[in-house]
Amino acid sequence: MTSTARIIPATRRKGFLYWARDTGWRHLIGLVMLVFAAFPLLYVLSASLNPSGTLVGSNDLFRTIDFGNYVRLFQLPQQPFAAWFLNTMIIGSVAALGTVFLGALAAYAFSRMRFTGRRVGLLTLLLVQMFPQLLGVVAIFLLLTGIGEIFPAIGIGTQTGLILVYLGGALGVNTYLMYGFFNTVPVSIDEAAKIDGASHARIFFTIILRLVAPILAVVGLLSFIGSTSEFVIASIVLTDPQTQTLAVGLYQFVSQETSRNWTIFSAGAVLAALPVVALFLYLQKYIIGGLTAGAVK
Amino acid sequence: MSIHPTASSVAAATATPPPAPPAPVRRIRQARSTRGLIMTIALLSILDAIAVFALFMLFLQEEWLLVGIVLAVTVLLNVIYLRPGWLPAKYLAPGLVFLAIFQIFVVVYSGYIAFTNYGDGRNGSKDDAIQTIVLTAQERVPDSPTYRLTVLEQFGEYFFLVTDPTGEVLLGSADQPLEPVGDFGTDSTGKADSVPGFTTLTFNDLLGNQRAITDLAVQLSDDPNDGALRTPDGSSAYLYLSSLEYDEATDTFVDRSGTVYRDGGDGAFVNDSGRELTPGWTINVGFDNFITAFTTENIRGPLISVTIWTFAFAILSVVTTFALGLFLAIVFNKPLMRGKKIYRIIMILPYAFPGFLSGLVWLGLLNQDFGYVNQVIFGGASIPWLTDPWLAKFSVLLVNLWLGFPYMFLICTGALQSIPEELTEAATVDGARPWAVFRLIKFPLLLVSVAPLLISSFAFNFNNFNIIYMLTGGGPRDVTAGVDAGATDILITLVYKVAFGEGTGRDYGLASAFAILIFLIVATVSIISFRQTKALEELN
Repeated sequence: MTSTARIIPATRRKGFLYWARDTGWRHLIGLVMLVFAAFPLLYVLSASLNPSGTLVGSNDLFRTIDFGNYVRLFQLPQQPFAAWFLNTMIIGSVAALGTVFLGALAAYAFSRMRFTGRRVGLLTLLLVQMFPQLLGVVAIFLLLTGIGEIFPAIGIGTQTGLILVYLGGALGVNTYLMYGFFNTVPVSIDEAAKIDGASHARIFFTIILRLVAPILAVVGLLSFIGSTSEFVIASIVLTDPQTQTLAVGLYQFVSQETSRNWTIFSAGAVLAALPVVALFLYLQKYIIGGLTAGAVK
Repeated sequence: MSIHPTASSVAAATATPPPAPPAPVRRIRQARSTRGLIMTIALLSILDAIAVFALFMLFLQEEWLLVGIVLAVTVLLNVIYLRPGWLPAKYLAPGLVFLAIFQIFVVVYSGYIAFTNYGDGRNGSKDDAIQTIVLTAQERVPDSPTYRLTVLEQFGEYFFLVTDPTGEVLLGSADQPLEPVGDFGTDSTGKADSVPGFTTLTFNDLLGNQRAITDLAVQLSDDPNDGALRTPDGSSAYLYLSSLEYDEATDTFVDRSGTVYRDGGDGAFVNDSGRELTPGWTINVGFDNFITAFTTENIRGPLISVTIWTFAFAILSVVTTFALGLFLAIVFNKPLMRGKKIYRIIMILPYAFPGFLSGLVWLGLLNQDFGYVNQVIFGGASIPWLTDPWLAKFSVLLVNLWLGFPYMFLICTGALQSIPEELTEAATVDGARPWAVFRLIKFPLLLVSVAPLLISSFAFNFNNFNIIYMLTGGGPRDVTAGVDAGATDILITLVYKVAFGEGTGRDYGLASAFAILIFLIVATVSIISFRQTKALEELN
């Protein structure tokens, strides 16, 4: 009896110290990181709701809540924000769909077929990611100028041309990710279907593609995020403000007069980030799985 | 793994007809491949139609090499999809076509451009340059006869239909010198005003396209020295002659005062006092761009410091993000800790936030005069975060840490969790302290699994254009440099600014030379580092 009575308070006191040493400091670090990670984002949100309009006025965080910036954002004559937004979504979606399709075709071949050059092909896919397309930005510019003389519809200044350039990067690390996932689908499924008389195309389109849907979503999202944030190639291909993407338009908008345009830019930034962040958080499980797939066996 | 069955069945399908399967199965298969065949043919016809159009256009422009390539690729694609078998090719071809054009060709083409003087005022053939020089130097001949004119249009191109003073009717356009036409309609005054197949522009059309029409010059004949017709109003044209005359035999231009402009060997016509006629044309300059980059004092200096900073930036970015990410992964790798999910979601927000916006947001935060950091956190100080060469470097790294640590946190967490708990336990039982367990067991294991990702991360940061360009634009600019280079410029932003910068003229040749340099560096680094890791050996 006496011994237990003595132990309980001792455990409690020791318990708090123990907790502080064992877990509490982790929360402390966590809080610091929360501020570091979230502060810039809260700051933009606050600035976007600030009616003062300028950078210096945005330093009063959340003092006033006003949606005027969001209204003004859509009324700028020189900066067609609505068009930029739409362009970005269209270019991003089409490029993502194309990337998924081209990548899945290639990953299917690499995963299910054995042919000469297969190993070299896989190695190339790994190495290609080392050389991003933006290295060839000058050549891309001149190439599209040349193409534009024959096919104005896909030449310089067109969104179609830009999408085609993005599809050039479709076979790369994405395909490699898909290849890994395709390998986890048992070959016996293909064989069963083949015995039932399904052609290779039918097996691919109606069976395999459905089984690998999670990786298709991940690759599609990664490609969507990649092409919506892409600045270099978009900025040289798209010259007319009506055809530009958010990255190009918002950069030019805010780099001209950072301070004066700040709150309207912030509203634009919040709107531009919303779909991407929402998608990312919604699919984060798959994305993180995809990201770590390469690292962890 | 049951790989061999697939391999053999593919081989069987490609080589010889498989041993007869049961009849019903065969019938179903036949039916389905008929539908597939129809799809294939439909898609191929679209492709072929586009290819034939491209071939036609290339043929007209006499681009024989391209005609050959387009023809070969089209034939190859048709063979791949119409021939039974070659199954892998059917699946790989679409992606490979795009890869070949927009990634591989682009790199090769960059290599070619690096050996030319391509750039502002040097972006065409010599013939084009001669024609442009003649056209831009044109002046109206004082006693020019009046040519009565009707402007026609066909497929978006404008044509001049002129009735010359002798009554002869001629037709021509910007690309096509005047030629007599047989079939035309005339108005009441005897002026030709229509040709079958062409649209006659109305007065309103003329007004709407005024600029294009007044800029149009139609050569009188094949020889540009004969002059060209231009119109100030759309209803009458006058003869314009160039003040510069081109002499084909000696390959020189002579102006009215008798000054001679010769081909200076540098892609432009120059006179004895060094004045150039614009535009020039593209020529191969061999290693000149590379020689310029490495020997010209005010380019070599900046190039070297930019290269060093590129390495420093990429390495420090990987090290700082990895260190913070790993630290956090260890901190939060605590099974029973509460609120882990919330920390995790908030901490990955910077990674989910679009990259280009992050740079711009921090641009506002770090603004010297009005930014939050100076005004609020440092109480109104005026710290030049983005305008002092060293502080700008620090700021770029800080922002990149903010952007990149969540990724490292995620992969380190994954890697830590995949290390078997038994290893830690065994070591602890053997008397190892936690730090020793981490340093000697967990860390090496973790490094093995994340090494390939660290290499990719290095390669990514080596060309991390967005963060640099959005935050500092490469600045603060080094005013002594012969190119637009600054303290935080990395190689890829330098390429962009040299090629498309607004401050200085565009120099595609030099920019491509820099790009080739990056290519070589990245190739070397990745070959060495991949040799070190086992990433490539695990492929089966």
